[in-house]
Amino acid sequence: MKALTRVGQTLLAPVLAVLIALVISAAVMLAIGVDPFRALEVMVDFGDTPSQQTTAIVVVLNRAVPLFLAGLAVAVAFRMGLFNIGVEGQYRMATVLAAGAGAAVSLPAPLHVLVIIVVAMLVGAVWAGIVAVLKVTRGVSEVISSIMLNFIALGLASFLLTGPLRGSEPGASIITTEEIPESGWFPSLNGVFGAIGLADPPRQLYGFLLVALVVGVVVAVVIKRTRFGFDLRATGLSASAASASGVNARRMVLTTMLLSGATAGLIGLPDLLGSNHTYGTEFTSGLGFLGIAVALLGRNNPLGIAIAAVLFAFLDRAAVPLQIAGIPSSVVTIIQGTIVLAVVVANEVSRRITRRQAESGSAVAPPSTGDGSTGGGQGPDGGPPPDGPVGTGPALTNATGAAGRTSPTGSTS
Amino acid sequence: MKAAALLLAGSLALAACASDEDTSGSGGSGGGDSSEMPQIGLAYDTGGRGDKSFNDSAYAGVEAAVEAFGGTAEDNIQELSPNSDASNRADLLTQLADQGFNPIIAVGFAYGDVIGEVATQYPDVDFAVVDSTGVDVADNVTGLLFAANEGSFLGGVAAATKSETDHVGFVGGVETPLIQSFEAGFTAGAQAVNPDVIVDVQYISPAGDFSGFNDPARGQVVAQGMFDGGADIVYAAAGGSGTGVFQAAAASGGRAIGVDSDQYETVGDASLQSVIMTSVLKRVDNAVEAYIGTVVDGSVEGGVDVVNDLSTEGVGLSYSGGFIDDIQSTIDDYTQQIVDGEITVPETP
Repeated sequence: MKALTRVGQTLLAPVLAVLIALVISAAVMLAIGVDPFRALEVMVDFGDTPSQQTTAIVVVLNRAVPLFLAGLAVAVAFRMGLFNIGVEGQYRMATVLAAGAGAAVSLPAPLHVLVIIVVAMLVGAVWAGIVAVLKVTRGVSEVISSIMLNFIALGLASFLLTGPLRGSEPGASIITTEEIPESGWFPSLNGVFGAIGLADPPRQLYGFLLVALVVGVVVAVVIKRTRFGFDLRATGLSASAASASGVNARRMVLTTMLLSGATAGLIGLPDLLGSNHTYGTEFTSGLGFLGIAVALLGRNNPLGIAIAAVLFAFLDRAAVPLQIAGIPSSVVTIIQGTIVLAVVVANEVSRRITRRQAESGSAVAPPSTGDGSTGGGQGPDGGPPPDGPVGTGPALTNATGAAGRTSPTGSTS
Repeated sequence: MKAAALLLAGSLALAACASDEDTSGSGGSGGGDSSEMPQIGLAYDTGGRGDKSFNDSAYAGVEAAVEAFGGTAEDNIQELSPNSDASNRADLLTQLADQGFNPIIAVGFAYGDVIGEVATQYPDVDFAVVDSTGVDVADNVTGLLFAANEGSFLGGVAAATKSETDHVGFVGGVETPLIQSFEAGFTAGAQAVNPDVIVDVQYISPAGDFSGFNDPARGQVVAQGMFDGGADIVYAAAGGSGTGVFQAAAASGGRAIGVDSDQYETVGDASLQSVIMTSVLKRVDNAVEAYIGTVVDGSVEGGVDVVNDLSTEGVGLSYSGGFIDDIQSTIDDYTQQIVDGEITVPETP
């Protein structure tokens, strides 16, 4: 009976969230004169020919890989109550330097790719490490310092791109770094389609998908099955309690931010190693901010983040067919925003129910979520919503702002 | 979480089914009945329609062409805008091609990165890309280029001639090579009239951060700084951020120069209209319309660039509002010198 209640509680939040989001989205669509069922039909239509259908799958997966990594990077910090808004800057710095390093060296294929990955992870970790050092030595809120560092990273990446690392010829409209030689490219997974009897699409499926899966499993194991992960989660649930039981809060902040930054460093690599082979002025930006939404939606759980990333990628792809069907593509933004908002609300509701039960003493229920994003509330107020250059819309910005108000724990104090 | 997983798996399964069954739904729109009238696909860059400038100008050209050939905007034009981080540019072009649109016009140099790959996959479709080259990209891609530096030169001439403080300004949206060619032309033009003129140059955002094309608030701050520093005419080569420059001009009693479209006509605000002295036109509309013409009559050849400059009237100044009517002879004089090759306008600052 107890087990059943627990399962019910775990399921309650996401089911509520999805239901609420669907109802609100449908209502908004009706209000702007769009038939919600028609919109849904268009969104799930992957095309007529087998090749179009597999292309659509590739588009969704290729978009999901960086979103998944971004969500992971944010979630690692979230789990211990740190709000790393700096993922954006961390991956930008990592990508531009990794692209530069990749173009500068010449190595046999697997080693070359490995070097690029290691450089990206190191740069991401160092950039996030600045935030951690500021926090443990000077008590600077990581929310503030990581936002500030985003601007510095943007300017620095631009300087590196237009200055020392510039590889495109003068006068070209798109400035890029030197192209990474072919030994540094990550092979695509298109062979898989043939192997399982699907049409081989013209678009390349990023091989980095495999790396992302490995990273996801490693993060899951570290958080759930190691001493470090236990300390991390304990600090996220109650910094003072963890500290009292012997967890070194300073060291935890430092290691967690390094881990989060190293993961963030990988975000740009699917695009860099899979298709662009250069970092340039047109390189996808804003993934770090989207990662916050993805982490929230996935409730900071690697499996949940994977699902959230695929869902976001699926919705993103749908924006194009929606426009062709004469439906405003902002429908997608509305759905993304309401889903994230609904998840935040649902998490909070389920947390309160759990707490009330615990308080009444009827059950020794553990906190139902166990993720940093809803557990806190005792820390300093979160910073302003990230005013990124490419927010997905006001709804998302609000959602991330809400997270900021509940996550920090002030574990150093 | 399991429920979400199930739902998602369900929706993906649905997706597979739906796409198998529904073969008539979306394919129909692109097919087209009349063989004469092309179905035109138009892919914008970030900013999209409603920027009162570049993208709107491209649409105006397509609309004019469609009407000239007896079609309607509703039936014959499909516009697409990218997602917020513009990571799906290639997908926009692919989807347009899959839906049977031909020709497909990509608006913005950012498409230069991806159009080659897509065009190679659809050899029977004609592609055009505005502001980027079609040479050595693919055999079916035409580049529609503009000598933005020449138009900006005339803007510099007008600014320096009209300036009472011998101090003008240039606000660039993003520090990209394209906008730098605007700056180079503007500075050269101003100095051609008055070698001692002070030209303030500032960009709203650095290369790699495209927010500068769509941030009127920061445009206003930057321009206000120039007006406060003594400049009386500021050229806004900043896409959607130009509105902020106009607001700063109105607030300081200065004047501004618009870009791409005739912004005196498109700004849609009487108080701002009076500060727009002229606009450096980039006739994207004419170029796009002419391109569609070549597609319809079959004379289109891919793998080439169509360069629109002063000699083809692809760039120039607008005279709406009559603020620079009195110096038209000076402008015409410089125009002639550039066309004749007596003046070579630099492309980089």
